[in-house]
Amino acid sequence: MSQRTVYDKLWDSHLVQQNEDGSALLYIDRHILHEVTSPQAFEGLRIAGRKPWRLDTNLATPDHNISTDPAERAAGVAGIPDNTSRIQVQTLDDNCDHFGIKEFKMNEMGQGIVHVMGPELGATMPGLTVVCGDSHTATHGALACLAHGIGTSEVEHVLASQCLVTKKMKNMRVTVDGALGAGVTPKDVVLAIIAKIGTAGGNGHAIEFAGSVFSNMSIEGRMTVCNMAIEAGARVGLVAVDEKTIEYCRGRQFMPAGEMFEKAAEYWRTLMSDPDAMFDTEVHIDGNDIAPQVSWGTSPEMVIPVTGNIPRAEDQTDVVKQKGVERALEYMGLEGGAPISSVAVDRVFIGSCTNSRIEDMRAAAAVVEGRTVSDSIKQALVVPGSQMVKAQAEAEGLDKIFIEAGLDWREPGCSMCLAMNADKLGAGEHCASTSNRNFEGRQGNGGRTHLMSPEMAAAAAIAGHIVDVREFTGDQS
Amino acid sequence: MKAFTQHSGLVGPMDRANVDTDMIIPKQFLKSIKRSGFGPNLFDELRYMDEGQPGQDCSQRPVNPEFPLNLARYSGASILLARKNFGCGSSREHAPWALEDYGFRAVIAPSYADIFYNNCFKNGLLPVVLSEQQLDLLFAEMYADEGYQLTIDLAGQKVVRPCGDSFEFDIDRFRKDCLVKGLDEIGLTLQSADKIRDYEKTRAADQPWVFGAIK
Repeated sequence: MSQRTVYDKLWDSHLVQQNEDGSALLYIDRHILHEVTSPQAFEGLRIAGRKPWRLDTNLATPDHNISTDPAERAAGVAGIPDNTSRIQVQTLDDNCDHFGIKEFKMNEMGQGIVHVMGPELGATMPGLTVVCGDSHTATHGALACLAHGIGTSEVEHVLASQCLVTKKMKNMRVTVDGALGAGVTPKDVVLAIIAKIGTAGGNGHAIEFAGSVFSNMSIEGRMTVCNMAIEAGARVGLVAVDEKTIEYCRGRQFMPAGEMFEKAAEYWRTLMSDPDAMFDTEVHIDGNDIAPQVSWGTSPEMVIPVTGNIPRAEDQTDVVKQKGVERALEYMGLEGGAPISSVAVDRVFIGSCTNSRIEDMRAAAAVVEGRTVSDSIKQALVVPGSQMVKAQAEAEGLDKIFIEAGLDWREPGCSMCLAMNADKLGAGEHCASTSNRNFEGRQGNGGRTHLMSPEMAAAAAIAGHIVDVREFTGDQS
Repeated sequence: MKAFTQHSGLVGPMDRANVDTDMIIPKQFLKSIKRSGFGPNLFDELRYMDEGQPGQDCSQRPVNPEFPLNLARYSGASILLARKNFGCGSSREHAPWALEDYGFRAVIAPSYADIFYNNCFKNGLLPVVLSEQQLDLLFAEMYADEGYQLTIDLAGQKVVRPCGDSFEFDIDRFRKDCLVKGLDEIGLTLQSADKIRDYEKTRAADQPWVFGAIK
């Protein structure tokens, strides 16, 4: 057989049928559901008189819409103050009960942001196809899965048939070699990649992240990187299996155990690209050159090193770009040419499916420990990605470190990443955020988002403005 | 699903690159458990001067007079001209639902984000791809000519300009077939139910850990 990429192998092993019109029927192993993109799919099933094809593949939880306020959460679903949000969460519970789908309910151990929950419970396994009605599903690719977001019509399609009608993507490899400097995190790596290839750079492609930077990176770090493949336009981001992957999987709730685990692991070890596999597009980045990154504008490609200056519209060569920079500067209320580290911050958000895992919590806590949030900060939220992350962080005393420093310690959910609940920015407010999108209005109408790592967001909370986290650790280069 | 064969209609602009789905339909409207009624909130943050809330009567809200689609000349537009990477970001299918509910039947842009592109076809909304140069020309003609209309012929895969000239476009055969015939894709897939079951049997024999895990 010819040399294949990881993506080729995953595609081949899930192909049910290749149609002569160019489409294919692809088998889906794992389907994760949440309250926002599933109600219309369940309604579609009911109207057509259809049932889920199988139950042992679906896993549901509410995350997007729920309150992160401890008092509100304690009141359960009935205590969700917003009427439409409460109905939506209740509808997920009702649909899962009705169809017999496994759900971790709002305050149940196991609940969390869908892309934190799947891997930590072992529902996401190497070699699976994983879909969810959420564009950040590529996160699961960190475990060498073929994982991508789908729309609600496809949620219904997968529920009804366990398959998707789809077309094979092209292969792209992004290789980052070298070693990351102190204070440089997986988030900085992925922001640097998006800055280089642009928000449409990965359109039509599945990206494999390769090179020494990723082999040295933790599995949670790989999740942060794969998570943002969509911000580079790619539905799929993934990393090949290595021994770290296998060890991450061992012992998790839904994973096989004993001999079955070893048998599975033997197969998982084949999930790497063959040495001469062909990629349609190759990108190389030197990891040594990556500094902590910050977004200055309204698209995830509008990113610069924290040591840099905000771009000027007049320096852009092409007209569409010039207009884009002009509009972004106006929306963000920023002056081209000024240093990004001069930008004052009103709120801080540490959380989201990109950066809310235990390693993120530890990294942020290490920066704020023994320090105090700046008086100029209106709110600094720390929102753990799941009940399990929350419990682990509390067992390590991280919650106390955050609270003593003046940050809010919240209940798990998507929170201010997309501001569907009460956690949002006011018009004109700047936010140091560990989330994934800095679109206009994303974190609240008129809100201004600066994407960065948990370490950088924590440092901004202390300083009251965007700041190079290396100044805190004394490793400024 | 609504079939699409040929459509003629008034053309309206969304003249900026990287329009994301948060911009097409902001998050507060995603709390709905319905598929319809998103039209009045299409481009909500650009279209109105206040912050919109679900369930609000939008006819009473202050509109942004500078937002092009609010101009009388584009009222009733059913074809949207857009720029590159249209529909990027969130996978929300509420974006094509909102465009369709507003009255759009087609979008013409140089490129689309993958998930948005895919979602359009499930909802009878045709995303046409033309080159940046062709889009520049269509934008210029539209701005110059009030009441500018185009005809999109899906069967013939062409966009016909008022002068009679046309631009051809590419589209996957299976997507085109589904749209032209308005097919129920799930019903179509379930015709292969035996093949799906055969696949599951073979896979369960090779990789038993895949099945029965979630309980």
